Amino acid sequence: MNTERSSAPSRLDPEPMARRDFLGLASIWSALGALAFAAIGMIRLPKAAVLSSPSKKFRVKLPESLVFGQAYVPPGRSVAVFRDAEGAYAISLVCTHLGCIVKCGDDGFECPCHGSRFSADGGVLKGPAPKPLPWRQVAVTSAGIVVDDAVTVPAGTKVKA
Amino acid sequence: MSDLTPSPSGLRAFVGNLAAAPRRFLESAFRTGMPRTDRTRSTFVFGNVFLHLHSVRTHRWSLRWSTTFGLGLAAAAAFLVTLVTGVLLMCYYKPYPEAAYQSMKDIHFVVPTGRFIRNLHRWAANVMVVTVFLHMARVFYTAAYRKPREFNWLVGLGLLAITLGLSFTGYLLPWDQLAYWAITIGANIAQSPRELTDALGVTGSFDPGGLQRQLLLGSDVVGEEALIRFYVLHVMVLPLLLVILLAVHFWRVRKDGGLARPADADRRIGPPPPDTYPVFTEAPTRTYHLAAVVRGRTEMVGRGPENTVPSMPHLFYAELGVLMVTTLLCLALAMVSDAPLKELANPMVPENPAKAPWYFLGLQELVSFSAFMGGIGIPMIALIGLGLIPYVDTEDRGTGLWFSGSSGHGLVVQATLVGLGAAIGIEAVAIRFGWLREWFPDIPQLVITFINPGTSLAVIYGLFSIWLVLRHRSARAGAVGLFTCFLCGFVVLTLIGTYFRGPNWAFYWSPSDWPRH
Repeated sequence: MNTERSSAPSRLDPEPMARRDFLGLASIWSALGALAFAAIGMIRLPKAAVLSSPSKKFRVKLPESLVFGQAYVPPGRSVAVFRDAEGAYAISLVCTHLGCIVKCGDDGFECPCHGSRFSADGGVLKGPAPKPLPWRQVAVTSAGIVVDDAVTVPAGTKVKA
Repeated sequence: MSDLTPSPSGLRAFVGNLAAAPRRFLESAFRTGMPRTDRTRSTFVFGNVFLHLHSVRTHRWSLRWSTTFGLGLAAAAAFLVTLVTGVLLMCYYKPYPEAAYQSMKDIHFVVPTGRFIRNLHRWAANVMVVTVFLHMARVFYTAAYRKPREFNWLVGLGLLAITLGLSFTGYLLPWDQLAYWAITIGANIAQSPRELTDALGVTGSFDPGGLQRQLLLGSDVVGEEALIRFYVLHVMVLPLLLVILLAVHFWRVRKDGGLARPADADRRIGPPPPDTYPVFTEAPTRTYHLAAVVRGRTEMVGRGPENTVPSMPHLFYAELGVLMVTTLLCLALAMVSDAPLKELANPMVPENPAKAPWYFLGLQELVSFSAFMGGIGIPMIALIGLGLIPYVDTEDRGTGLWFSGSSGHGLVVQATLVGLGAAIGIEAVAIRFGWLREWFPDIPQLVITFINPGTSLAVIYGLFSIWLVLRHRSARAGAVGLFTCFLCGFVVLTLIGTYFRGPNWAFYWSPSDWPRH
């Protein structure tokens, strides 16, 4: 039996990591990786690609009797449409705090849920709302006023007929 | 073949076997006979799949009424009641917006016993929430979360979160005004990280709040997708998670050495009263030491006689008692008080005031200052703080004793005063004088997000606890202070949200002062 050690690595020397240990670890980690990948894939399913809510764009016919600066809320919509000397404009009625529908008062908006109060142009006066009520895009066409509840425009944007 | 020839004796044997079948069925089901001796009392426990979670003998300390007040088991019993009544309600409930409300009306007015079963479901859920909180307080104040029970404390926190999740998802299902607006608010709390990302101007590229809300609702409004998702969570996902965690929780109680008790429990509890079933009637003449097999120290070496009694009957009768009292409580509440059902959900007109179930009204009070900090920030801080407690408090004085023994009473009283005082004081300021938005209308939202009555309260509680740690040179003192303050804050905010908030979330001394409309 040769007891002399040669400097060249011998196949009889122990490996730094046993081959089976390496294969075992590799298979465990690849299985965990595949699991993580599958878990991310599973979140894709509940995240809907198409939202089922009705179209955000709709046509409004303002009543002739509507006074300047008085809110008109189209049935089933959470947007207030106004008209004054400078034109028509629309302000969202969804509170920027936690999504309740604000009430239109004489000189602004009031949220029933946590008491936020907004001025007539949607600015926050009081309460927990973090942002002013957003103004929505309005287009005046021959068929009437078209409001897009998905498009925000800078506050004060009024459209002349 | 000749064995099969009919004979009068064969027929007699058959009739005899038939007559003995009931007795032999019982013998085969309960394999060890009546629990009358030490041996059969033991086999009664470990020979039964439902009971073998218990140990065969129970320490007398664990059986003292004041050790647990049976709170953990009461929570589990309330869960069993909701499970049974919930399955019954599923016979009629239809998870689709208008149909859901109609089926609730059917259950309420038409289905035989429907109203009672629904009341029972609702009250058992309430009892479960209360007992889970009380159970947590019991474990905390007896310092029963300490080594080796740290992990089970975390499992318990998970169970608390799932319990609240079950309540929240169940709240939407009636599809009435109360349900609709509570869930609208809840879903927007999930979206409230936007308050932060908006202030930083990164919502366009990084919007975790929007993603959370969309995953929860499946749409951008609370509609049919939201209802079916909440239904699946309520009847399938969360109960399953709860049962799994509950199994781990129970199993760890056993593996961590039963209920926590002080090191000198035997001396404190004294000898058993003479009428107790005697300890070790058939005393073994030899002791077998399993040191080679059992990991860790063997507890009984070098001790006097064990202060344990057989679990059958002592523990099981006590448990049966807790189960019966809890069920009785739920039944009584369901008989005297009906679960509410308001008018059909109307997405155009919010309920005013729109109130969540009472145990979320403390949170609702906090979100009325800042949606993100109140709904996500402070609850996360509270949960992380609670989870850290067993890893920070590594002392061993007073384990298993209420308030760590009588010396801890003063500390708890002091913390209660600070906790109540700070919460009431800050609320009084916010109600009487308003907050930063009213004083400086143009103040950036980020300032209000981080400096509001809720966060101020959390900071006061934190500073008080740090002061306690320094003063008493004890992490346990700080933990007691923080936990007591947390409980006091929870109670004060919940009471204000429940009784003193009216339309527009304004402060009223009594609902009779609410404006009529």
